[in-house]
Amino acid sequence: MQRAYQGRNRSTVIFLVLLAVFTLTVTVLSEGVGNGMISTSFVKTLGKTLCLALVAISMDLVWGYAGILSLGHFAFFGLGGYMVGMWLMYERTREIVATSLADAPIPPTAQEVSDAVANQIFGVVGSAEFPLIWAFADSLAAQLLLVVLVPGVLAGVFGWLAFRSRVAGVYLSILTQAMTLALSLYLFQNDNGLRGNNGLSGLQNIPGLADVPQALVSVWFFWGAAFALGAGYLLAVWVVSGKFGSVLRGIRDDEARVRFLGYPVETYKLVLFTGTACLAGIAGALYYPQAGIINPAELAPIASIYLAVWVAIGGRGRLYGAVIGAGLVSLVSSWFTGGQAPDVPLGFYTIKWVDWWLVVLGLSFVMVTLFAPKGIGGLFDLLERRIAPDRHGADLGPDQGALREKEASE
Amino acid sequence: MKYLYVAVLALALTSTFVRAQEAPTQMILQEQAPLIMENSRRTVAPAIAAVSDSGLPQAQDVLQAWQAKNLWQRSADGLFFRATKTEQNDYALYDFDSGEIVGTALSSDLEQIKPNSGIRALIGSALVRFQLQDPDPKRRRAALTSVQRNPGEDLLAPLRESLAAEPDPEILALKQRAERLLTMAYDADEDRRIAAVSQMAGDLGVDVRATLNPMLSTRQAVFAGPPPEALNIAETLVPGETIETSEAYDILVAADLAPPRVTAAQIRNALAQHIEGGTVGGVPVHRLDDPDMRLQAYAALAELGDVPPAPGPVQIAQTLAAHSFVEVYVEPSTRVTDAASEALDTIALTVGANQAVDLILDGLSLTSIYFLAAIGLAITFGVMGVINMAHGEFIMMGAYTGYVVQQIVPNHTASILLAIPLAFAVTFAAGVLMERLVIRWLYNRPLETLLATFGVSIALQQLAKNIFGTQARPLTSPEWLDGAWAINDVVAISYIRIAIFVLAGFFLCVYLFIMRRTRLGLETRAVTQNPRMAASMGINLNKVNMLTFGLGSGIAGVAGVAIGLFAKVTSELGSDYIVQSFMTVVVGGVGNIWGTLAGAAMIGFLQKGIEWFNPSNTLAAQTFMIVFIIMFIQFRPRGIIALKGRAAGD
Repeated sequence: MQRAYQGRNRSTVIFLVLLAVFTLTVTVLSEGVGNGMISTSFVKTLGKTLCLALVAISMDLVWGYAGILSLGHFAFFGLGGYMVGMWLMYERTREIVATSLADAPIPPTAQEVSDAVANQIFGVVGSAEFPLIWAFADSLAAQLLLVVLVPGVLAGVFGWLAFRSRVAGVYLSILTQAMTLALSLYLFQNDNGLRGNNGLSGLQNIPGLADVPQALVSVWFFWGAAFALGAGYLLAVWVVSGKFGSVLRGIRDDEARVRFLGYPVETYKLVLFTGTACLAGIAGALYYPQAGIINPAELAPIASIYLAVWVAIGGRGRLYGAVIGAGLVSLVSSWFTGGQAPDVPLGFYTIKWVDWWLVVLGLSFVMVTLFAPKGIGGLFDLLERRIAPDRHGADLGPDQGALREKEASE
Repeated sequence: MKYLYVAVLALALTSTFVRAQEAPTQMILQEQAPLIMENSRRTVAPAIAAVSDSGLPQAQDVLQAWQAKNLWQRSADGLFFRATKTEQNDYALYDFDSGEIVGTALSSDLEQIKPNSGIRALIGSALVRFQLQDPDPKRRRAALTSVQRNPGEDLLAPLRESLAAEPDPEILALKQRAERLLTMAYDADEDRRIAAVSQMAGDLGVDVRATLNPMLSTRQAVFAGPPPEALNIAETLVPGETIETSEAYDILVAADLAPPRVTAAQIRNALAQHIEGGTVGGVPVHRLDDPDMRLQAYAALAELGDVPPAPGPVQIAQTLAAHSFVEVYVEPSTRVTDAASEALDTIALTVGANQAVDLILDGLSLTSIYFLAAIGLAITFGVMGVINMAHGEFIMMGAYTGYVVQQIVPNHTASILLAIPLAFAVTFAAGVLMERLVIRWLYNRPLETLLATFGVSIALQQLAKNIFGTQARPLTSPEWLDGAWAINDVVAISYIRIAIFVLAGFFLCVYLFIMRRTRLGLETRAVTQNPRMAASMGINLNKVNMLTFGLGSGIAGVAGVAIGLFAKVTSELGSDYIVQSFMTVVVGGVGNIWGTLAGAAMIGFLQKGIEWFNPSNTLAAQTFMIVFIIMFIQFRPRGIIALKGRAAGD
């Protein structure tokens, strides 16, 4: 019965081919290296969408495969962005300061440069000193390490505390939401050393690349995001294909039974929770240099819930579903809220999509939850004529495992 | 000839005498005319004193006219009048003594006395004496307020004078209090001051502290060697311990006792000015990015005499050791400062105790707000186990219902009384609708309930934005809820918060009554514990679930009206409370109303307590509170009051 890896994971191959084709097409049509049919800002939007797809994959791993509805993964995403943003902002400001101080008759001391940089960065929050958390901001390698470490450690500590006291289900969701709220409230404070609600800005200017036009930089980041998405997808496929993945699905469908079978459920959950937090951090680190600015509002609890919405609409429990959901919903959302969608005149009232899109999104989300729990991904089952067996109205799983039948056949 | 002279003199004297009899005010003004006309703040004081001490009933009129720039002098004979402009563009002259119009004059024949603001202030404090004894109680109160606002040494005597004649007991008490405060600060006699200080020692009033604090104001002083004995020294400052070394040295520099320090920026600028052929003081310019090399170059320049020498650390330490730094009380008397600081200590203790009471009241009021916001959730989430993320939007709906009712019914009392049941009805209906359309399909899938209700919450929030706009709408409380119940100057609680407290208590009783005394409560409890068993006993599950969910939502609506009274009504009103509400229910223990109450109390008191440590930063308070709750759940995962036995479920 054991088929070749590619045979069991046809969707993986199809996905990677589609991603490669998409990347090539965008490259050829881009302003930076191609014929310029796609504007630089749209290349950035597409690149950002790929990053969102990556964080959606990490959400899908946690929620779709292990049944942990985390409402904190977008916070990990934002933390990754903050970590890389610190280096970008420090290095860029240092370049500017060094240029301006080079004209002085006396060469500046290291302390003078550092003071001037601190003054530039923190003047907006009324401070002129580097907080302790910026200790590694001058080193790209250290900050890149922190992109993974900070979300990982936070998720590890939080997960360890939560899982060991057997917090599960909706309680865990509420707790993760509280953690996200605490984090964003903390970041909103001006004296936290991360510039409060001003956030970090000017991240699109890559230090050392001042002469390279944004059109080119955007394509590089697009490639980076596409590569990260492809690699992340492969990693996720690898994680869920083996025994680890089977245990995760088992935990989702009946945690108690897996525990009685002798598996250390808490460890599995903790490893997955921490690992996906790191993945989310990486996605954030690729996202925010393209967005150019990060502020605490990005980390608000609502963002993490939207992440869950994307995964649910795309179809949880299948990796390409998460990608489809994130890509489709975020692109369509920006189309509707960006004012590009045409208004609908009803005679007595004109529907402006800027105002009504969220209403439509909210209601369609309710519809998806009620009538299509498989999300858009369920359409592929229809194409493959894969139909859940008729169980004559009996519950699918013992509790929260609505997707067990599909998993069993895969 | 001689006789004639004598006769004329006698006549003149008589007439002066007669005028003094008839016009005493004018007489005084004439005597003081040179000072009045000189119109200078430095010299005018005797003139004002002469008028106000004259004991004449007209003195107040004169001073008032003078202060209001209505005092004019007729150029022809030098007499003073109060003058007002008439319709014929000339001036009507009022005699001060008779109070009647004695003539008119053109402005060219008159000279106006224009006191500057300094003189007007002097006149003002002279006037206080009259105002303090004014027959009109309103004026007396106004004068007293001005005394309290701008206390001064010269006010003490007139205030004491006015005490005896004060008929109104209320004003008398105020006057006596003001007299005590002025005595504390300005009385010439030390014993009287100390007596006043100890008399007011236990008083909580802000004014007492405002009087005592300046009495203890200090200035820093520096002396070569030990400080003189005669000074009233508050504290001896030791450089490096009680005062920063740099700060101490700055005091020396300011007192011209030491050469100024040379800052890093000054060194840099000095070096930049003395670059000669690529080197400064023998150091090549490119090596000046090292602070040590800079100092070396500067020292070299200083030796040449091009720049002032920078005092080194050793020199600074020596200079500091040779001087003594002290905080000296501005008030010279040791006994007075001792009494004042003792009184302030006593007051601080009392204030602290009262602040604790105030903190408890604040915590109670926050508790009742959280409880009110969470009680609906305690029903839907705690009893039914349904996660309703749209709960916050039901709160918002209730608040907007109150706003709409106020647009229709202008009377605030009536509109609030109408809004509460209406908000209940509206959100009850919305809750029932949501239960029928969405939630009942998802009873065994709690995570998906969370997501679906979140979809509803996004839609409702945006809908509210579309209907009411993004700006905040006011929900005005009735007048009898305005203001605060102030127990003393420290402890106060606004009536709205008391009302919310009462409302929270009321709904606690309603909940207990419904759950324990009604058929619905019985059936709800049965359904909660075992739905299948309940159904086989003939309980209509659908109906019970629908009504219970409606009840929880309805209470959320009422909470919305209450919250809207003190917070601005916006579409985000609900989402501000949703996380705290869930926390309240989870921390308290699911399925138990007393647990919810305990949870609300814990969160409310905790937040106020953390805010007390760091009052400027409510964000930090919320952050720490949430972190604390996450930690708390580690130790009591099932909340403060956990259900036991079968009711606890899995």
